[in-house]
Amino acid sequence: MSNGTWMIGHPDLNLLIGLAMGLNLLALGSSRLPSMIRSMSVQGMLLGLMPLLLEAGNLDWRIFLVALATIVGKGFVIPGLLRRAMRAANIERDIQPFLGYVPSLLLGAAGTIAAVALARALPLLPEHSGSLLVPGAIASVLTGFILMIGRVRAISQVCGYLILENGIYLFGLLLIHSTPLLVESGILLDLTVGVFIIGLIVDRIQRAFDSLDTRKLNTLRE
Amino acid sequence: MHALIPMLGIVLRLAVWLLLAPLLPGIINKVKAWVAGRRGPPVFQLYYDLAKLWRKGVVMSSLASPGFIAGPAIAWVALIGAAMLMPLGPVGCAVSFPGDVLLLIYLLALARFCTVWAAMETGSAFEGMGAVREVSYAVLAEVAIIAAVLSLSVETGSVTLVTMLSPSLGAGAVLLAAGIFTVLLAENCRVPFDDPNTHLELTMIHEVMVLDHSGPPLAVVLHGASIKLLLFTVLLVQAVLPMREFTVLGAVGVLAAGVLVVTVSVGFIESLLARLAFRRVPLLLTTAILFCLFALLVAWKGGVE
Repeated sequence: MSNGTWMIGHPDLNLLIGLAMGLNLLALGSSRLPSMIRSMSVQGMLLGLMPLLLEAGNLDWRIFLVALATIVGKGFVIPGLLRRAMRAANIERDIQPFLGYVPSLLLGAAGTIAAVALARALPLLPEHSGSLLVPGAIASVLTGFILMIGRVRAISQVCGYLILENGIYLFGLLLIHSTPLLVESGILLDLTVGVFIIGLIVDRIQRAFDSLDTRKLNTLRE
Repeated sequence: MHALIPMLGIVLRLAVWLLLAPLLPGIINKVKAWVAGRRGPPVFQLYYDLAKLWRKGVVMSSLASPGFIAGPAIAWVALIGAAMLMPLGPVGCAVSFPGDVLLLIYLLALARFCTVWAAMETGSAFEGMGAVREVSYAVLAEVAIIAAVLSLSVETGSVTLVTMLSPSLGAGAVLLAAGIFTVLLAENCRVPFDDPNTHLELTMIHEVMVLDHSGPPLAVVLHGASIKLLLFTVLLVQAVLPMREFTVLGAVGVLAAGVLVVTVSVGFIESLLARLAFRRVPLLLTTAILFCLFALLVAWKGGVE
């Protein structure tokens, strides 16, 4: 793998990352669970396209496999599992925010702006400094945090967790050459299995407690 | 003789603004009627309405002060003043000086203040409610428009409208277009924020404020509203399209086409969307602020790359 063909400041790549950042804000502002899942899955597909753009010079089967696995996994399988869990557990589609939509949107936007503004101050390699990869990753991680803290329902917290993972994936793109395929596929498999199990658990919780409100799950019951 | 030519230009420009503005609501209504499969009112309906209202008498509460009449009048003059500051592509603007964009924002605020003042003059709790709604949305819309202006001025390094409105195309322009379009809908009381057709008492915003006006004052209010719509449309088109790159005739054509496109899309949005619940409106306006803020970010960081 030659390091001479780094195309990391690619404008198309930055456009994709910018769209992913916009989808973060869409997830923060959406008041319905299906639209939140949709924005998460579109973000996953965009993330899957990125390795192809990043390595437009030297495409090999490894990159293709990573891209395909990401698009299928994050764009279709995981959202499908979440939707199935939603149907199975008869979850109401309205998201109940613990932190209102406007405050969480403003927090997310402030995080995004800070991430873009401060990324220059980080000790990055010169070939990474022009791209939005690092700001996008920080912004997605922050969005994931806000969603996990600020939402009441278990399923929307799972969405937050997945967006956080998308941010970590963006960080991982910086190291795409040095990460073995096994690690990539392991992460993706972990994630899928995790969401699968959550889907099952959510159903059980719903039956046992009649609610998926995490505030109620905190108090002990006989 | 030489002094006469600029005067003539200003008079001509004034005539264009005054005469063309009522066309826009007509086009919007025509598009709405077309989407709904109706024939709809003629495009010139607002002209007929204005002519009819102008000939009518005024009914005035005995409790209202002269502010009831002065409010709409001052608002109308302020909007005309704002229109005079707005450059029209290659023709430039009637009056231009460094920082005139601030005057534009303040003139729009003055117009709103005067409408609200006149609404409060009636002493009706109902109109007060409309005034409260108008002002509380305007607070958010104004932040968005200031952020949009800031992003334009950061991009071009100028605070004069003529030089500011020559942006570059790209991600920033798209964000700015989305933000200003949302502000346009909010400021002109268009559908996702307010339905200009319903007269359901509890959901009106702008219409409530002018319920007690009649005759010429109402005509002035309606005409002022159409000028404001044209003003925002022109601002949107020029903030997004690089007008400098066309020839003089081409720029006029592009400007006219842009205004038409924006107007028609307002009509489509009005016929395809439903009015938002009041508690959702701040979210949409916050989104508009964020669009403009991100355009500012793009301008500040010198494009995305």
